[in-house]
Amino acid sequence: MSSANTSHASTDGSIPFMGVSPVKLGMWLFLASEVMFFTGLLGSFIVLKFAHPEVFHEEAGHLNWQLAAFNTVVLISSSLTMALAVAASEKKDHRAVARNVLITLLLAVLFLVIKSFEYYAKVEHGILPSTSLFFGAYFTLTGCHGLHIIAGVIVLFRMWRKAARGQSNYESMELVGLYWHFVDLVWIFLFPLLYLL
Amino acid sequence: MDAVPIEHPKPNYIGIFATLMVLTVVTVTISRIDLGSSGNTAIAMAVAFVKASLVALYFMHLKYERWFLLTMFGIPLFLAAVLIFGLMPDLLIHWK
Repeated sequence: MSSANTSHASTDGSIPFMGVSPVKLGMWLFLASEVMFFTGLLGSFIVLKFAHPEVFHEEAGHLNWQLAAFNTVVLISSSLTMALAVAASEKKDHRAVARNVLITLLLAVLFLVIKSFEYYAKVEHGILPSTSLFFGAYFTLTGCHGLHIIAGVIVLFRMWRKAARGQSNYESMELVGLYWHFVDLVWIFLFPLLYLL
Repeated sequence: MDAVPIEHPKPNYIGIFATLMVLTVVTVTISRIDLGSSGNTAIAMAVAFVKASLVALYFMHLKYERWFLLTMFGIPLFLAAVLIFGLMPDLLIHWK
């Protein structure tokens, strides 16, 4: 990479590093740290699962995989509408941005509602994080993922308000998109590991 | 060489979405067939890896990004693989 890069400032006036805008670089660095965060949790779960395959398989049978499968569809759909929102933002089509962000937001809330029903059913049956190793891992993994969804809901709500006022901008939409797709990506691994195997 | 690409990529999002949905059905269907614990796990993880790659490459535009960004994101993925496949099984052997 040459010094020619310095002549191409991005829209917010910042200077790209190695051809990548600083804000995007920052988001990817954050996502890289998130990979390590979830690897610690998921990796421990995989190792524990291999240590006690029968116990884990039997206890996973108590989970409602149909609800989780539906939630997978919800999250993948929300990723699609998020991608469409980012694409609309590039064209400065604020109405399409607002519409797609709102659908993404509603899907995210739907995911949380379904998750709450799932948690409620567990607690009702006296299943708590302290019940067993498997359920400890189940609540930790889905809980940490759920917190990421809640954070996403807050950010999506703000992005929706901004877009509705005709003030969405491509760079921030792209960053929110990256985060949201990453949360979807984590669920893609969580779903089969926890519910199906 | 442009530092920040002006033309942003427009992958076929609907097509990617449809593929992800089909793969979700594949994941569920295969998990209902008993292929042994490790067989089921291997297939489920392989499908999850393909799905995750589709999300990262197309939804997150990684396919169209600079090598620098790919390397930066690739390193933690490599470390994650080392942790799960390299270090932890060793721990498990001593623990059993």
